[in-house]
Amino acid sequence: MILSLERLAYIVAALLFILSLRGLSAQTTARRGNLYGSLGMLLAVAMTVVVLLFPAPSAAAAATSGVALLAAAVGIGSAAGALLAARVAMTSMPELVAILHSFVGAAAVLVGVANYLAPGREADSIRDVEVVAGVFIGAVTFTGSVVAFGKLRGTFGSRPLLLPGRHALNAGLLVGCAALTIAFLRAAVPNGLGPLVGIAVVASLLGVHLVAAIGGGDMPVVVSLLNSYSGWAAAAAGFMLSNDLLIITGALVGSSGAILSTIMCRAMNRSIWNVVFGGFGATPAAAAQRSDGAAPPVQEASVEQVADLLRAARSVIIVPGYGMAVAQAQHPVRELTTLLSERGVRVRYAIHPVAGRLPGHMNVLLAEANVPYDIVEEMDEINEDFSSTDVAMIIGANDIVNPSALSDPSSPIYGMPVLEAWKAAKVVMLKRGMSAGYAGVDNTICYNENTWMLFGDAKKSVGALVTALR
Amino acid sequence: MKVGIPKEIAAGERRVAATPGTVAKISKLGLEVVVQSGAGEASESLDAQYAEVGAAIVPDAEALYREADLVLKVRPPQLGQDGRHEVDLLKQGARLIGFVWPAQNAELLDMLAARKATVLAMDVMPRISRAQSMDALSVFANIIGYRAVIEAAAHFGMFFPGQTTAAGRVKPAQVLVIGAGVAGLSAVACARSLGAIVRAFDTRPSVREQVQSLGATFLPFEFRETGEGAGGYAKEMSPEFIAAEQAMIAQHAKDVDIVIATAVVPGRPAPLLITSGAVVSMRRGSVIVDLAAEQGGNCALTERDKIVERFGVKIIGLTDLPSRMARQASELYGTTVYNLLADVFDRDAGDIALDLDDEIHRGVVVLDKGKLLWPPPTRPAPRSVKPPPDAAPPVLPPVPHAGSAGAIFVGAVCAGLLVAGLFARGEFLEHLTVFLLACAVGWHVVWNVTPALHTPLMSVTNAISGIILIGALMLIGVGGLGAPAVLAAIATLLASINVAGGFLVTRRMLRMFHR
Repeated sequence: MILSLERLAYIVAALLFILSLRGLSAQTTARRGNLYGSLGMLLAVAMTVVVLLFPAPSAAAAATSGVALLAAAVGIGSAAGALLAARVAMTSMPELVAILHSFVGAAAVLVGVANYLAPGREADSIRDVEVVAGVFIGAVTFTGSVVAFGKLRGTFGSRPLLLPGRHALNAGLLVGCAALTIAFLRAAVPNGLGPLVGIAVVASLLGVHLVAAIGGGDMPVVVSLLNSYSGWAAAAAGFMLSNDLLIITGALVGSSGAILSTIMCRAMNRSIWNVVFGGFGATPAAAAQRSDGAAPPVQEASVEQVADLLRAARSVIIVPGYGMAVAQAQHPVRELTTLLSERGVRVRYAIHPVAGRLPGHMNVLLAEANVPYDIVEEMDEINEDFSSTDVAMIIGANDIVNPSALSDPSSPIYGMPVLEAWKAAKVVMLKRGMSAGYAGVDNTICYNENTWMLFGDAKKSVGALVTALR
Repeated sequence: MKVGIPKEIAAGERRVAATPGTVAKISKLGLEVVVQSGAGEASESLDAQYAEVGAAIVPDAEALYREADLVLKVRPPQLGQDGRHEVDLLKQGARLIGFVWPAQNAELLDMLAARKATVLAMDVMPRISRAQSMDALSVFANIIGYRAVIEAAAHFGMFFPGQTTAAGRVKPAQVLVIGAGVAGLSAVACARSLGAIVRAFDTRPSVREQVQSLGATFLPFEFRETGEGAGGYAKEMSPEFIAAEQAMIAQHAKDVDIVIATAVVPGRPAPLLITSGAVVSMRRGSVIVDLAAEQGGNCALTERDKIVERFGVKIIGLTDLPSRMARQASELYGTTVYNLLADVFDRDAGDIALDLDDEIHRGVVVLDKGKLLWPPPTRPAPRSVKPPPDAAPPVLPPVPHAGSAGAIFVGAVCAGLLVAGLFARGEFLEHLTVFLLACAVGWHVVWNVTPALHTPLMSVTNAISGIILIGALMLIGVGGLGAPAVLAAIATLLASINVAGGFLVTRRMLRMFHR
């Protein structure tokens, strides 16, 4: 009876997860979506625990011994998770998401190995293949996410690590995994542990190498890819444990992550293969050429000049980028927005799909700073409006407003849709210095006649503007 | 060098080439200024105001021309009512800045050449960015477009804006602007701000964006020729082309209340675009403002300098619209003249010094000490004034097509399924079914996500993928206290972090989103 109840609970949980994803696709239903997800998880875990506590008579002894372990693990883990969630700064969101992915990956590896070692296991080649799949995907996700985490935190450099013959290296690692898989499948139950751990290690190396070769600017894609992998890892675990809920949930998460990666790639007009294997941003050809000759002059503006400009403006579009996140400038930016709105200026935000280091990163930061979401517009909604806008204020964004993406076929970012901020009557670019963006490409918008550069830390500059406008 | 500002003598001319404001600026260049008494009266600048900024007031034209080494004018010099030509008053070797229309006024050029005059013509200013502050044609065109709408509104017996009043509903006026040059765009803007619904027509497709940016509908015109001539001006078109234009305008004339016609080709008679038939088809009480009246008119029934009523339609053929806004016109024109003067004036020499390698100097100089320098040698490809109007987004290289990759993927899935079907046991196939269906569901459910929610979606899927917790729990259940149980316990710990952290941080994020 309990077992059929368990299945029923799993079906309900799976439906709740689907509703959760569905809810998360629109602002109005998002909170409900999150609630559904939590409920589904609660239901699934509770039912599993119930089944463990009231087991079929034969497994009673084994089950009770695990209860203490179980309670301890869930308790400590949940507490740690809650603490993380409460403490994390919104600007560190990308790191948090990346490290959480690594946990799923690690858990998948452990579950795979534990499943292999579980007593009473019969020899079964299909199950063995499932174990290998779980361990492999889990390990790639684990180390890949750790490297992504390091890159996002700045522990590792954001430049792609391009080893010579890296494609051959990847292929070699894959072949290694295949060889170990064959060895594993041939070994009797406890002896297969060696090859299995070997697979985990080789896959880990692959994860490190794959993500290390991707530039910091492509992190939104990588993070959503890893999101996808973590789903596939869960699904693989579901196969090996014959658990449909795991399979369904893993598949949902896997496809969701895949879609997010696809959306990101479309936003950059690149294919997923180009992102994963392209080693993009390694050869800043345009920037190098530019630095040979004398850099063209830029017009530097003072805070007072920009304040005067904003006072006279009727419409302003703010283009935030990663620089705003780094400088934690979202709160002063919101103050500036409020001040300008009170003066009757129409202020809107233009968000590029790959602004920041995480899909939707800018939206979260602006939401944190209390910017109402209906003045925050997507690229497609607002791109046409720049030409009828008085001032475009670019805060810590670079590649996403680079005109050469549309005009210069030799530019590495040529073809990437960008925010056409240069069409505004006046462009004010807040920037720390004249360094290039993540793509390593020089931004010609800086040299335009209608562009003013306001150099300095974004938070301080915007703060000064707020003071000047008061 | 003394600068003289005479009173304009053309009939009905109310403008003046310098206002007290620009006289003050000219004085700052180190020049003395003499102003003919009453020169600015018609544009609301009194002698006293000129005197206040240091100008000397002279009683009549004779005295002015006797003193002035440089004369600033609006209209080309012409024969006065007293039978004396302004050129005859001009000092030998004097300089003149003003409108000249050298292409149409060969005789005037001869007379000026005989005086050994140096003449800079405001009307042949090159259309380059640097010369925009000296572009007097645009100044007047802007005023003309604005005033055309004001004149139309004055003669149109209805509201421009639509209104719903207690006494009934008023439809907004429908305005058609023909020609989207500076005057046309200015008319569009003015009519729009009065609340009318505006459509604009131009043979140059490149002005579409400018028309649309002002909130008007652009009427596209399909014909092989394009009307883009040199220097951003329109060029003259073939008879077939004109006929097609006429047909198109006649079609729209039926629906509109106001037509503002601004189609002029420099130095040519204006094209006839509004036929008598089109006028007949218009509603009674409609208004046509023909800004090309001076060049013969865009409308067949226009009479120059008159307002006539034909078939119940008022046709305004006034050519003195800038003069009707003399104060505004003088203020802006005076500034363009000053800007040119400041550009050509050499402080050290105390005189105009022309640099014939300078595009602006070379463009505006008609006579240099009596020597004819006009027309200037044509330069390669004159640049247009506006930022390239055809800055349509370039065609982006297509995203590498997913078709072949997609086919490979589908093929691989099919092959995988085949292999699985041949070798696997039933249970596995069940799982596979569930898996593939779930993928499909996930794929469809997530596609509609708004980009703003990408991060929350990611963190919630992250929390959900913590479902691997279940797997870990099951393994603790079967594992006793051996190695598998320990591994599973660690997995449980990690997955729990994920579940709790993921859901809670999503909740925190979503709370911040507010309208």
